[in-house]
Amino acid sequence: MNAADLPATNGDNPDWDSGTAELGHILMPGQLDLSHKVILYLEDITVSFDGFRALNKLSLTIDAGELRCIIGPNGAGKTTMMDVITGKTRPDEGTVFFGQTIDLTRLSEPEIAHIGVGRKFQKPTIFENHTVFENLELAMKTDKRVWRSLFATLDSAAGDRIAETLQLIRLAADADRLAGLLSHGQKQWLEIGMLLMQEPKLLLLDEPVAGMTDEETERTGELFLSLAGRHSLVVVEHDMAFVKQLGGRVTVLHEGSVLAEGSLEEVQADQRVIEVYLGR
Amino acid sequence: MRPSPARTPFIVRLGSSFDARSWRLIGLFAAFALIAVPVMHLALPADHPLHLSTWFITLVGKILCYAIVAVAMDLIWGYGGILSLGHGLFFALGGYGFGMYLMRQIGRDGSYQSDLPDFMVFLDWKELPWFWIGSDSFLWAVLLVLVVPALIAFVFGYFAFRSRIKGVYFSIITQALTYAAMLLFFRNETGFGGNNGFTDFKRILGHPITAPETRVVLFALSALALIGTLLLARYLVRSKFGRVLTAIRDAESRVMFIGYNPLWYKLCAWTLSAVLCAIAGALYVPQVGIINPSEMSVANSIEIAIWVAVGGRGTLIGPVIGAFLVNLAKSWFTVSFPEYWLFFLGTLFIVATLYLPQGVVGLWARLRAGRRRGEGAAAGTTTAAAAKGAGA
Repeated sequence: MNAADLPATNGDNPDWDSGTAELGHILMPGQLDLSHKVILYLEDITVSFDGFRALNKLSLTIDAGELRCIIGPNGAGKTTMMDVITGKTRPDEGTVFFGQTIDLTRLSEPEIAHIGVGRKFQKPTIFENHTVFENLELAMKTDKRVWRSLFATLDSAAGDRIAETLQLIRLAADADRLAGLLSHGQKQWLEIGMLLMQEPKLLLLDEPVAGMTDEETERTGELFLSLAGRHSLVVVEHDMAFVKQLGGRVTVLHEGSVLAEGSLEEVQADQRVIEVYLGR
Repeated sequence: MRPSPARTPFIVRLGSSFDARSWRLIGLFAAFALIAVPVMHLALPADHPLHLSTWFITLVGKILCYAIVAVAMDLIWGYGGILSLGHGLFFALGGYGFGMYLMRQIGRDGSYQSDLPDFMVFLDWKELPWFWIGSDSFLWAVLLVLVVPALIAFVFGYFAFRSRIKGVYFSIITQALTYAAMLLFFRNETGFGGNNGFTDFKRILGHPITAPETRVVLFALSALALIGTLLLARYLVRSKFGRVLTAIRDAESRVMFIGYNPLWYKLCAWTLSAVLCAIAGALYVPQVGIINPSEMSVANSIEIAIWVAVGGRGTLIGPVIGAFLVNLAKSWFTVSFPEYWLFFLGTLFIVATLYLPQGVVGLWARLRAGRRRGEGAAAGTTTAAAAKGAGA
């Protein structure tokens, strides 16, 4: 990501102030550029595993501050899509841009996490042998290089942030318990809390309410709605009631590409979507 | 870790790695190694019942070195989840590095009265190979002991961890590495004495190596090195670094997706572990008086893992206990029933793996929890602490 090499040199008459011109503003290396109000671009992404096309020319854009739900039958490529965005899988073809300038296909997983993409896995993945508090501490946005970690101490501002998040995910009473002892729903919440500690700009949530009670699901929905606007959220979910609660735009994936996009009512009325879900 | 005053001096934080009780135990151990042992060995006459024999000092000094290796192993295996079956290599490299210096200290007192070490005269070499240059300097030897194993561990670890080689695959590669090194060192042309290795040392810093005073000093240095290793390891595992390391052990992908690069954490722990082994090896060689390629044999490296497993992984003190238990048993068995030792070792490993997942330290904790529960039941109450202990 060396933005210094990019445009300014070949622009004869750079027009720095206009938001629409080609070279309309100063590029900051490593900084998320949201000047076009779009946080994520996926273009013509193809991923094949042994000849099977998990993603097939998938194109998708997510607006800054948007809450987007992604649905689709099993094997539609939802998880593979998240793998591509977070750097776990490299696409065979296509481009992934975070904002206008950051090419995610060139970065490693930790680098992508660092510039502001947080991911929640389908199966809650937390550090079972650490306490709830330590889980949040490790996730907190900070310098995560070895040298820093060797001498790191927690200041009171960091302690306050963790306490805040503990309140938000309703685990304040369990702060000193080992995370492995939490219930399934609590683990999901802890993982969401860890994501928030990272202060990501884009959150990818793979089936965040799986295994939660109805009440927990509803509370999760409220939390996500409160996050939208400040963060951009991409939620992969099977639970239609939950998708309805979230209310945002819905993208339907099928066989590795976008089948339909729109409000939940629109896609539910779409003939092709009905076919895919009910079988031909 | 709860928030602490941010500006606590580092030395205080290092000191607070242990609680008061542990510090008292360490103090006791230091007093034994640094005061009691010298007095009982040097001042008491040989027929005095409290006199410590040379045999005792050599045996315990050797085991102290093994204990350092065990703690180094625990750091990467117990906390980092990386099982190395090639740690004997770094131990041996440290030993060879310091052995080169000891060989040069022999001077012209060897069998051939030459400036060159005996094995080189035997091979009809006329001058020192380039990698022996500087080996007559003590400081250079110390540098070799620290830098060579660190470099090898770093380069090997970098490629292995970057390729995300894990679990049993990593273990097998480390095993192959030490085996290959052993074959290399067996060759006379390699320039390290072939299968005889280095032996017949005479002096260390000009002092006769077999003198009781020298032995006592080496013993004390080994004890200090063990204390230092424990302190460093304890600080590391309680620091954020240690929490990231265990997090990598338990859920590496989560660690990556919250923005840590596991490569550097693993590599740092791995390289440090190798250097600690090398220091142990350098202290070991002058005490036992020999180093040869069999130290790099696969069986030796596996034995290190057994000490840790028997003592208790992820406890730091457990591996020390394991190293003592297994090696004391070994020195008794190999005298009394030499042919059964390997069977015993194998059985021990199987039993420890199947029934003692936390080794003797875990067993001790379980027994104590059980006793406390027993007392609680006798008093008609079950304390929360006992229930917690049993749960853990």
